[in-house]
Amino acid sequence: MSSVASVHSLWTAAAGAPGRIPAPRIEYVQLSPTLIILGAAIVGVLIEAFLPRRSRYYAQVLLSVVALAAAFAAVIGLAAGGFGSSKAHLAAMGAIAVDGPALFLQGTILLVSLIAVFTFAERRLDPVAHGKRVDSFAAQAAAVPGGEAEQAAVKAGFTTTEVFPVLLFAVGGMLIFPSANDLLTLFIALEVFSLPLYILCALARRQRLLSQESAVKYFLLGAFSSAFLLFGVALLYGYAGTVSYAGIAEVISDGARQVDPALAGTMGNDVLLLIGGALVLMGLLFKVGAVPFHMWTPDVYQGAPTPVTGFMAAATKVAAFGALLRLLYVVLPGMRWDWRPVMWGVAILTMLGGAVLAITQTDIKRLLAYSSIAHAGFILAGVIAASQDGISSVLFYLAAYSFVTLGAFAVVTLVRDAGGEATHLSKWAGLGRRSPLVAAVFAVFLLAFAGIPLTSGFAGKFAVFKAAAESGAGWLVVVGVISSAIAAFFYIRVIVLMFFSEPKADGPTVAVPSVLTSTAIAVGVAATLVLGLAPQYFLDLAGHAGIFIR
Amino acid sequence: MSFPLLTATAVVPAIGAIATAAVPAAKRTAAKWLALLFSLATLSLAAVIAVRFDPGAKGPFQLTESHAWIQDFGVRYDLGVDGIAVALIALTALLIPFVILAGWHDADPSPSSQLRSSRGGPNEGAEPNRPYSWRPTQGFFALILAVEAMVVLSFEATDVFLFYIFFEAMLIPMYFLIGGFGDRAGGRGEQQAAAQRSYAAVKFLLYNLVGGLIMLAAVIGLYAVTAHQLGAGTFSLPQIVQARASGALTLGTGTERLLFLGFFFAFAVKAPLWPLHTWLPNAMGEATSPVAVLITAVVDKVGTFAMLRFCLQLFPEASSWATPVILVLSLISIVYGALLAVGQRDIKRLIAYASISHFGFIILGIFAMTSQGQGGATLYMVNHGISTAALMLVAGFLISRRGSRLIADYGGVQKVAPVLAGTFLVGGLATLSLPGLAPFISEFLVLVGTFSRYPVIGIIATLGIVLAALYVLVLYQRTMTGPVATEVRAMPDLKVRELVVVAPLIALLLFLGVYPKPLTDLVNPAVQHTLSVVDKKDPKPTVRVDAVPGGGRHGGTAQTQDVEAAK
Repeated sequence: MSSVASVHSLWTAAAGAPGRIPAPRIEYVQLSPTLIILGAAIVGVLIEAFLPRRSRYYAQVLLSVVALAAAFAAVIGLAAGGFGSSKAHLAAMGAIAVDGPALFLQGTILLVSLIAVFTFAERRLDPVAHGKRVDSFAAQAAAVPGGEAEQAAVKAGFTTTEVFPVLLFAVGGMLIFPSANDLLTLFIALEVFSLPLYILCALARRQRLLSQESAVKYFLLGAFSSAFLLFGVALLYGYAGTVSYAGIAEVISDGARQVDPALAGTMGNDVLLLIGGALVLMGLLFKVGAVPFHMWTPDVYQGAPTPVTGFMAAATKVAAFGALLRLLYVVLPGMRWDWRPVMWGVAILTMLGGAVLAITQTDIKRLLAYSSIAHAGFILAGVIAASQDGISSVLFYLAAYSFVTLGAFAVVTLVRDAGGEATHLSKWAGLGRRSPLVAAVFAVFLLAFAGIPLTSGFAGKFAVFKAAAESGAGWLVVVGVISSAIAAFFYIRVIVLMFFSEPKADGPTVAVPSVLTSTAIAVGVAATLVLGLAPQYFLDLAGHAGIFIR
Repeated sequence: MSFPLLTATAVVPAIGAIATAAVPAAKRTAAKWLALLFSLATLSLAAVIAVRFDPGAKGPFQLTESHAWIQDFGVRYDLGVDGIAVALIALTALLIPFVILAGWHDADPSPSSQLRSSRGGPNEGAEPNRPYSWRPTQGFFALILAVEAMVVLSFEATDVFLFYIFFEAMLIPMYFLIGGFGDRAGGRGEQQAAAQRSYAAVKFLLYNLVGGLIMLAAVIGLYAVTAHQLGAGTFSLPQIVQARASGALTLGTGTERLLFLGFFFAFAVKAPLWPLHTWLPNAMGEATSPVAVLITAVVDKVGTFAMLRFCLQLFPEASSWATPVILVLSLISIVYGALLAVGQRDIKRLIAYASISHFGFIILGIFAMTSQGQGGATLYMVNHGISTAALMLVAGFLISRRGSRLIADYGGVQKVAPVLAGTFLVGGLATLSLPGLAPFISEFLVLVGTFSRYPVIGIIATLGIVLAALYVLVLYQRTMTGPVATEVRAMPDLKVRELVVVAPLIALLLFLGVYPKPLTDLVNPAVQHTLSVVDKKDPKPTVRVDAVPGGGRHGGTAQTQDVEAAK
């Protein structure tokens, strides 16, 4: 009886004093990038509902571009207003951090998404179907592949313009993910950007079964990882009595000050901290695509529509590494002697695993998938540095890498044969002789992936390895350069294939893209060369952005 | 602010590369002349450098330029030259016009593809509806100029990072030069030849890339050490050398050795030193002979040059520590390269193995740590460049006439094409270091320098000279003398263009063979400086030599005569 009363008294105490619950204060201006994107996504859904079919495409593209540009302008405005440095603080009742890394990553995500929208909107690559230009997405996602409904939808010229609001929702989640400052916000952001991605993966126009299979795989494995993450959140709450990053960090460093009576048995129990921390890390490493949580990457990258793959490879990685950095640097810095050895192992496995497995690939999209795994390993080397240099080098690497990735996948959409994109490597033979320009551009991207000097890939790699070496991880750097050498082998192999092989008679043709994809590729090339030749300004930017707010 | 002469010397060929690449597909000849023009402009700039450089001036580097580049990495755009760099820049700028001239027709579209594009019907060729935009000729000459720009910059860089960037980046154009253009003389089908070429190109790239990446780890390590001890990370060679001398920067023995090994590995692959040499015969064999010259006479010199400039000066103690092993390896290079050259059936591979043997001599001279040794090694870099260029280019002319690289396919050429045979002989004699031709002096200095410190190694290295005589003379005998082979009967002699390539090189070999003083004067102060950084002094002669005033280095001519007499 008494225990019931005491529990009840808890409730009543909580509910009995309405005046003591403060009204949440939301800093709308500082959250404006996220709010603009999510608002635009909702408007996009309304457009789908109310606008006639023929005008949806233009309305959606315009809306997405304007929203992303506006959100980017808002990020710039916030950064110029000093929110990245002196005025950095926690907004929305401590749920969202507005600080240098958050703004830098949000800016990167927004730019990447803007370019991704261009590739999403491309309608000149696929042959005209029934008098209508079509994009890379299924005519009607709900129609059974190969069924009558699908044929009817294709004949009617339907297009899935829903991809744009879905993309915007994903972007909204990604903006919150690296700035989330409590574990619940982190989890919600994860779901907000993951669910739209699962849907996007299933929407390919060609090879729909493969695409749907990839979406299911991604969804199942993603659900597992979400569950791990949520379980970890619960354990960490049990350990610290709070889900706020700063609160947990405080308990880790100083021990629990006021023990919550309901958690008296668990608070301060290091077992919960270690297991909980590990589970949350696993959830994030899954999104990053680190070995041994990488299994989904090749299948999903291959099956998803190529524009989606490019977006996913670039933006998801940025968001997930942002969240990982914040978790390790804000929540668990007191634990770095525990997590660093583990992360060493993960980084080594990821670098070597990605590089070695990529050698045997015969599909260009799978190859790029494994290469993205290897790159995740290189970035992890910077994460492990546990220094301010580590943060800024990772920020720089992410910015450099995402543009290269986006550009590379945009080039992949151009090389086509009768069955759609010709992604099998053997079909790329002799591309350099048919279309020297496209092959040369792709070669630039491959050289950047390989980290050849004078490209952004080298500057990024040097930055993270330098940070790692300075923090005493010299042998990690050695493993890094060895796996770079292995990785270089398969990038070079593609270049050999493109330039030194005789073109096949029935080889693919290179579609002439509209200004949209051309812009995406041109931005990729420009970013690759500028960040490679004169990286100082961007290194400064990343350097100034390298301080987390607690 | 004075005129940035060093930058200009690198920028001119870089602009030339872009301009050449931009020439429209139909105007092949214009592209060739443009490339030649730019290479000559570079040569004149290199000549200005050589004139403005003052060997007697104080300070390790002259004509320096310094600009901030990537502050976050502690990287500066620092250029400067010492005598060694001046000599090698001059060599590079000198050889490139000859390479371009010699390769005048190497990148013309092959007859089959010409046929294809000239027929040009809607159903012909690879690309039915689009103009044939593949421009191999423009690409070939643009790539050569790009390599020149990068090589020049890596000779000029006094910032380790800056050097590293161009050291690595030059692999990419080299790779395309090796893999994209062949001499159509492999004696196999087009398909198989392309496969062989691409194999050679990939092997070249992977060997050098692995070397470069290992060096990258060492570069990063160097940064970490300087950042830790000096407060701010730096890659500036003079600054690090000075900090080490003043004790502000101390490397632990283990650290220094690891860093040294990282650097040396990359340079040993590039140079190439046994057992990291296996890419060279493939690359030189499959590439066209001008490209082979580019590899062995120009690009590989960056490796030996960097040993002198970076390995020895940055890590003097570790260099001394590693000296015995490196000497043995270079000795193996000398003998092994020469032995394999004797056994080759392919003319270009023979020259490649001969080069490996000669690089052994160069590295031997560098690590003998005596002024004669290092001075000789530097001279050798220049002389080997000229002599190999002469031999290889003439061999290329020979091969292009017969369409075969095999020695057995030739015979009696001297009766049909006496000028060709004669120039080939001179090039060959230079390769075997005949007294009177330039390489002799350098080889002699290397041996003297080695002998004064390591007599046994010096004696064994002499074997290399004997074997060199064997492979060169046997090559000459089998190809040029004897009964005239049927396929050779109609072989034309050297054309004007080819004579323009060969004659200056041979003149230079003779001139430097008789009067090497300009070169030695240029090089010796830099060598002395390097030795002072490494803290080595020439060993005192243990045998009292009476009545030889002066002795030492200045007795070079007297000793030359002695050896000539002995022969």
